[in-house]
Amino acid sequence: MNRAVPRRGLLAAGALIVGFSFSNRARAQLAGGGEGGAGPPVTAPHLPGSLRSTPWLDAWIRIAADGAITVFTGKAELGQGIRTALLQVAAEELDVPPSTITLVTADTERTPDEGLTAGSHSMQDSGMALRNAAANVRLLLTRAAAEGWKVAPATLATTGTGHVRAADGRTRPYAELAADLSLHVEAVPDAPLRSPAEFRTMNHHLPRLDIPGKLTGAQAFLQDMRLPGMLHARVVRGPSVGTRLRDPAWAEVAATPGIVATVRDGAFAAIVAEREWTAITALRRLQDTPQERSGPPLPGMDPAATLKALPAREITILEQAGPGGTARHRVRARFTRPWISHGSIGPSCAIALFQDGRLTIWTHSQGTFDVRRVAADLLRLPENRVHAIHVEGSGCYGQNGADDVAAEAARIAVAVPGRPIRLQWMREQEFGWEPLGPAMVTELEAALDERNRIISWRHEVWSNPHNNRPVDAGGVLVGGEVASPFPPPEPKPIPMPEGDGSRNSNPLYALQDMHVVYHFLPEMPLRVSALRSLGAHLNVFSIESMFDELAAAARIDPLALRLAHMEDPRARAVMAHGAERFAWSSRPRGDGRRGCGMGFARYKNLGAYCAVFLEIEAERETGRIAVRRAVAAVDCGQVVSPDGVRNQIEGAIVQSLSWATQEAMAFDAGQRLGFDWSSYPILRFRDVPDLVEVHLLDQPNQPFLGAAEAGQGPTSAALANALADATGKRMRDMPLSPARVKQAMGAI
Amino acid sequence: MTVRLTINGAERRVESPPDTPLLYVLRDEVGLNGAKYGCGLGQCGACTVQLDGRPVFSCLLPVGALEGRQVRTVEGLGTAASPSILQRAFEEEQAAQCGYCIAGMIMRAQALLDRVPDPDEAAIRAHMQANLCRCGTHMRILRAVRRAATAMRSTVSRGTAP
Repeated sequence: MNRAVPRRGLLAAGALIVGFSFSNRARAQLAGGGEGGAGPPVTAPHLPGSLRSTPWLDAWIRIAADGAITVFTGKAELGQGIRTALLQVAAEELDVPPSTITLVTADTERTPDEGLTAGSHSMQDSGMALRNAAANVRLLLTRAAAEGWKVAPATLATTGTGHVRAADGRTRPYAELAADLSLHVEAVPDAPLRSPAEFRTMNHHLPRLDIPGKLTGAQAFLQDMRLPGMLHARVVRGPSVGTRLRDPAWAEVAATPGIVATVRDGAFAAIVAEREWTAITALRRLQDTPQERSGPPLPGMDPAATLKALPAREITILEQAGPGGTARHRVRARFTRPWISHGSIGPSCAIALFQDGRLTIWTHSQGTFDVRRVAADLLRLPENRVHAIHVEGSGCYGQNGADDVAAEAARIAVAVPGRPIRLQWMREQEFGWEPLGPAMVTELEAALDERNRIISWRHEVWSNPHNNRPVDAGGVLVGGEVASPFPPPEPKPIPMPEGDGSRNSNPLYALQDMHVVYHFLPEMPLRVSALRSLGAHLNVFSIESMFDELAAAARIDPLALRLAHMEDPRARAVMAHGAERFAWSSRPRGDGRRGCGMGFARYKNLGAYCAVFLEIEAERETGRIAVRRAVAAVDCGQVVSPDGVRNQIEGAIVQSLSWATQEAMAFDAGQRLGFDWSSYPILRFRDVPDLVEVHLLDQPNQPFLGAAEAGQGPTSAALANALADATGKRMRDMPLSPARVKQAMGAI
Repeated sequence: MTVRLTINGAERRVESPPDTPLLYVLRDEVGLNGAKYGCGLGQCGACTVQLDGRPVFSCLLPVGALEGRQVRTVEGLGTAASPSILQRAFEEEQAAQCGYCIAGMIMRAQALLDRVPDPDEAAIRAHMQANLCRCGTHMRILRAVRRAATAMRSTVSRGTAP
């Protein structure tokens, strides 16, 4: 059926398009929907990516009468380069130069709701949607030209410059063709895609659009926005979650010149000032009072002791009986990871303006549409009176304070209407109040027979929920603080295949007699939520450490043991390619100081394949691990932005090394003890590897596979494996800190 | 109280109270974006600017102590249309992810290159140690600084102004 219905009547204000409608959805559908599944309901399951929920072409692409092309995505730029990659996808399939497209990102009044920008879903959701929507639009333009010229569409081509060309060389511009077309039609699933051999933009280097401004002091971040009449706010709280200030000097501060308002609602309190520094000095004055615990005492810092004592709901992830056999080697081990901070360099920020009964929020949250839902719920406003707009912030790597601060700014804005309220958390507030990446424990047991086949595999994982992202007011701090507080959301696991604490607990390897159990721990003694890669970090660390432990027990090469148990050809190719680039077969062998190790995973067993190889040197004198070389091989399907993928994987490697060697949020019964960069150190320049290489295995026309989190698990695992190779000491508890490494290596 | 100081070559009179850290004067009174609030403690370097050619944490410096001093921010190096050699090197290496730390990185690196035309890897790392990046862009930042050092030397050897 030809869906290209010419309808001149739809022309509005010189542009092609009429408005498009958003689906409403029941709030109940949102909770626990997973990182990628939190978008609106699927109405067109036959379509790829987010077209499944938003099938109309004009929700994604509009062509104005002057030929200007606007492309809309519900995903947001988080510093991962998605704006540029999505632009490349749209430009390729529309077959126009990228510079001719304006890309609009997550905005509740302009773009489709694509749920969260999280879970390495953006290319799979929005990339697939834009690719196919753009191919649909190109198809419609080509058909329109064919009709006008009375020729067969198959004889026509697009030029790469926004024109359709006939076999005889005649051309017509898109703008002219689009004037007679309605794009308010549903996409078809089989619009022809451009061939990788003819790509002009995809899989070519396109410099990131956002970088020049960031290098020259442009207004590149939400933190940089200055609106007319803008006021500066700070929230007033104790040092960390579960504490309060005993007796802040409210009267004194309220009378201070430059203070515009104090906002107090139950336990929520904020100050608003004309100048930022005035707000900060007022906050410091208010904090000059003893603090006390308002919540239950915090548990011990040992992840295994704390987590295994919590009530658990048992979830069977995998149950697969095997023929059994005689075990020649058996390895049992427990692995742990502590609570980890997101550690955003820029504390969370939001701006809110309440005017004429309408609320506008500028936010760097990963869930722009959820910011609207949360604010509407908190302030009891209809959702259509709340407009949330994503603006870039500092990198978040999961749920940091972004959602909290957006709701807080909104609460303050309704108390001080008519002027924009800019609220930024202080450094110690970000460390003290953001949700941490959850601590986790795994216990694994595996057996190897005399032919070096793995004949049994047990994997148990204990974890709090990782997905506590707010979908209503109960999910943000202020929702629990106001005089009429909102109930906290019910903790829910993300079901497999994506999983949360269970993510990647199901090995991709072909093993026998597999049993994987998720001990889901709904009770959260510390505030936690999503941190880049969720449970995949410790699960991959555990699985990949076990492979090396088994290989060491049997005195075989760890890569050979992996390949002997891997049937997926793309996984094999990634491991083999990485090994070749690393020169694995001629690597320096462990000599007490130097050693090599590898780690592999396919993220969620659904996303990108990633193998990481490390060569390290461990200093017995200090316990410091120096990474001499890091080599990664990645298969993320059809590559869109080669340098973008490399940048993400390089970053994943460095960040994972930081987690694995240095990071653990400290706390005592009363409060978190990491509140700045000296009490919560992260990797600095002297500690990053000497060399990082990322090699891509392109898969022409294969679906896009999310890559941004693929390196987290393999890198930490490769580090522990390299350390074991170097020193003979197997370390199973992160962080592999200098103190622990020094102790493990023993006296000089 | 008015403090007179030179910001990116232009003399400015600023009215912020003297205890106001330079960071907030630059951002909130002068309207510059480059220096960022990261920690307010001199631990992360997101606020790095140059003071009389030296890299400093602008979050720690009360403006009242800066009478007559020369402040240089990333806005004083170049523009997106006409970037400095170092800014161009960051662009060519695509040395940013979220980019929140990058203006501070550039100002610290520029201070090294102003002093040492041919820094070795260890010198660059030691100099940059004060600045944090959470995205893990370190390898690209190091490459950008090396690239800029090479470009500046060749510019100087050709006799053109850096």
